[in-house]
Amino acid sequence: MQIALKFYVIELSRYIIAFLMFIYTTLSVVSVFSKKKKLVSVCTSIQSGLLLVLMFLCFLDLTFVSGQEEYLYLFAFITLFLFFMITIVTIIYDKSDRILLNNMCLLSGIGLCIVSRLSFSKAFRQYIITLVSFAICLAIPFFIDRFKYFKQLLWVYAGVGLVVLSMVLFTGSKVNGANITYTLKGITFQPSEFVKIIYLFFLAALLYKYNSFKWIVVSALITGAYVIVLVFSRDLGSALIFFVAYVMVIVMATHNYLYLLSGIFGGAIACIVAYNLFDHVKVRVVAFLDPWNYIDDQAYQITQSLFAISSGGWFGGGLMQGRPSDIPFVNQDLIFSAVCEEFGLFFAICLLIICMCCFCRMMMLSYMIADKFYQIIVYGIGVMYIFQVFLTVGGGIKFIPLTGLTLPFISYGGSSVMTTYIMFYIVQGIVIKSRNYESVHDERKTSPDTKISQ
Amino acid sequence: MILINVTMIIFCVLFLAMFIYLGIFVSTSTITLYNNSYNNRQELQGRNVLRGTIYSSDGEVLAETRVDENGNEIRYYPYGSMFAHAVGYSVNGRMGIEDYANYYLMHSGASLTDRVNNDLENIKNPGYDVYSTLNVDLQKVADDYLGMYNGAVIVTEAKTGRVLVLISHPDFNPGTIREDWETITSNPDNSQLLNRATQGLYPPGSTFKIITALEYYRENPDTWDEYAYTCTGNITHGDYRVSCIYGTVHGDLDLEGSFARSCNSSFVNIGLSLSRNSWEDTLEELYFNRPIPTDMLVNSSSLYIGAGSTDYDIMQTAIGQGKTLMTPLHLNMITQAIANHGVMMRPYIIESIVDDDGNVIRDYEPQSIGQVMTEDEAEYLTELMMAVVEYGTGRALITDYYTCAGKTGTAEFANDINESHAWFTAFAPAEDPEICVTIIIEKAGTGMEYAVPLAKRIFDAYFGVEN
Repeated sequence: MQIALKFYVIELSRYIIAFLMFIYTTLSVVSVFSKKKKLVSVCTSIQSGLLLVLMFLCFLDLTFVSGQEEYLYLFAFITLFLFFMITIVTIIYDKSDRILLNNMCLLSGIGLCIVSRLSFSKAFRQYIITLVSFAICLAIPFFIDRFKYFKQLLWVYAGVGLVVLSMVLFTGSKVNGANITYTLKGITFQPSEFVKIIYLFFLAALLYKYNSFKWIVVSALITGAYVIVLVFSRDLGSALIFFVAYVMVIVMATHNYLYLLSGIFGGAIACIVAYNLFDHVKVRVVAFLDPWNYIDDQAYQITQSLFAISSGGWFGGGLMQGRPSDIPFVNQDLIFSAVCEEFGLFFAICLLIICMCCFCRMMMLSYMIADKFYQIIVYGIGVMYIFQVFLTVGGGIKFIPLTGLTLPFISYGGSSVMTTYIMFYIVQGIVIKSRNYESVHDERKTSPDTKISQ
Repeated sequence: MILINVTMIIFCVLFLAMFIYLGIFVSTSTITLYNNSYNNRQELQGRNVLRGTIYSSDGEVLAETRVDENGNEIRYYPYGSMFAHAVGYSVNGRMGIEDYANYYLMHSGASLTDRVNNDLENIKNPGYDVYSTLNVDLQKVADDYLGMYNGAVIVTEAKTGRVLVLISHPDFNPGTIREDWETITSNPDNSQLLNRATQGLYPPGSTFKIITALEYYRENPDTWDEYAYTCTGNITHGDYRVSCIYGTVHGDLDLEGSFARSCNSSFVNIGLSLSRNSWEDTLEELYFNRPIPTDMLVNSSSLYIGAGSTDYDIMQTAIGQGKTLMTPLHLNMITQAIANHGVMMRPYIIESIVDDDGNVIRDYEPQSIGQVMTEDEAEYLTELMMAVVEYGTGRALITDYYTCAGKTGTAEFANDINESHAWFTAFAPAEDPEICVTIIIEKAGTGMEYAVPLAKRIFDAYFGVEN
């Protein structure tokens, strides 16, 4: 009897999970693009409930298939956490953005689910890190509201970021040929993740005040220094993210499309130079262009990833039914392939649409923020986030060469999870701050969303 | 702000492109990637699925998995080595249909309730069954006659490209391949595993005159029937001399006579008159030097004619010698195109995939891969090939029961004529072709003496002629 039940659970849960995910995604898209406030608040409320049901089904499936009760406990903990995150944040910060909050919860939950399927002990660590991150993040909106000197620390940001990155380059530990981690008292950090935030503050602090050509050159030089240090640490993915974020932010701050053109041009030259100069870049390109010929060594990872995606089909093989562990670094770089194999492509595309919703939401929020300093930060965080998703997913599916980054929220990795949390809560903090400011104004003026209608 | 919208549009477009790419990837490459030997998911499937059965076109079992009382699975091949290369094997790697249809053989279409019941009774779910296009009776005739000779036989349906017979000798026993593996693979000269019919590259010899004749007909649409040549047993051009087989003096010949008698001198004469660029185009159209579209594992035929060819190269190529190499399958496809009004069909060996209840999951349809010659050209080549049987090198095929059109070949690769490969490619009935037969017998002698009689056996068997 139990075997029969197990079969039905495995077989049906794939479709039900995909279906619920589809509804959630639809609601998410509607709430991002709709201008009817009532509709949005109904959507987000349904979403909050839906994501808990979704989590329940995933973990029920995992428990049934593995026969291990631990999964139920993990589920209880995760549910508790998600429930608290939604309620506490909405109570303390009633002006926080519900759309972003829901999507964070969902992405975090799915991440924990897939990581726990790959390795239960890693999922437990990931859960602890998520808790710690959340605790830290709770203070961020408060801090952003009260701390007055963010705009004055231009040179501090520039210096700290560079010093941290160089320290890692020269004294960090080598992992898989890349000098990007730093171990302190048994805990391994990947500082380039955190430096992303400092770097954005630097850009914002510079550009909100100056946008003359002279200052653009100064910012370009400093960005160049960041990128070069990263390239020498072999952290090519991060280098690309810094570069793209820089170009987009400059164009946004100056409204000068010439910078976009010169950015594309300069980027292309840099790519060609990097290709000819560094062997590890060449290897990635070779594996991208002709993976089947190098299936033994350079392209082993990408071909295993392709096997996983193709075997999942549209609705996946079901949790615990595939072999995602065949893929090297599946927990970090190629977690998307594991999602594809077991949840199916339909679910995976929904997941990416949700990432897009987060990004679009941030873009719209940045549009509504009057203070240029904060506007640049929200915009920059949005671009960095979505570009990282693009690089990671695109690399794993052989759409572009593999760069070896983590998928924010989903991948295993403390620095990655914590940084993404901090980034999203900085956005929340800025939104809360500007909404508070608006509501003060509203008492005097009439229409609340005047900026939208203009 | 426009810029924020632009940023959103850029990334939306990027992601949309990625979704489309992923959708196409998953819907098109699942089966090929599953078959890759680096994909360990096959082993995963083997735990739950009992490999499906392979049938001939008339429902005879060609390969099935039997489970003994201890639960051991044994892949059983009722016809032993007869379908060795066509059906192939599935241990120590894979070959033939066992390889091409591996994805289906290892996936089950059992319903959810069936799967639950199977799991309760602790038996595996049945994989899909595969119906091939192969014909057991014809295969047996060809296999018996080829006997101890090395070589290959391929028979296809003229209008569809279905493969009825596929034989390659020397062969092996797929049922004992695991035990024989060491012996077969330890000797580098052992070519038992090579499928000569689809991968063997041979000089085509005089069968290539079909193509030379086609090119001459193409270049001289109004004057080809005025062609005249007097054969003196050999032809000399510059420093080079080419002789007719056995030094035979063929005397006065027109184009049909040159073809029917397979006169080397006359064809060297024709070859030297042809435009190299136009010839190159014709060869390209006929799938020389490029991959042949089929699901089977094949080699491409290779040959060079172009601006850089010397006169000597042309003399050799015109009669199918020199550097020209062809697979029997490719020659069969060209024969098939002649028999089918110039339309070449994609050769295929899998008819359909069915589930345990007999429902067809996938049906393979005949597929044209191009009009490689005009109807008029095909008709003309048919006439030439009929002449071969009427009064040329294929006279052994004269019978009251059917008319046959074909071309013999004797591919010399050594000085001794008895060491030549015997070729024959033909179709019948010439008026309304049904099957195409291509035969190569290695180191047997002339096509006329060795390959033609085997073709006759196959045609007789197909048309139900009692001997």
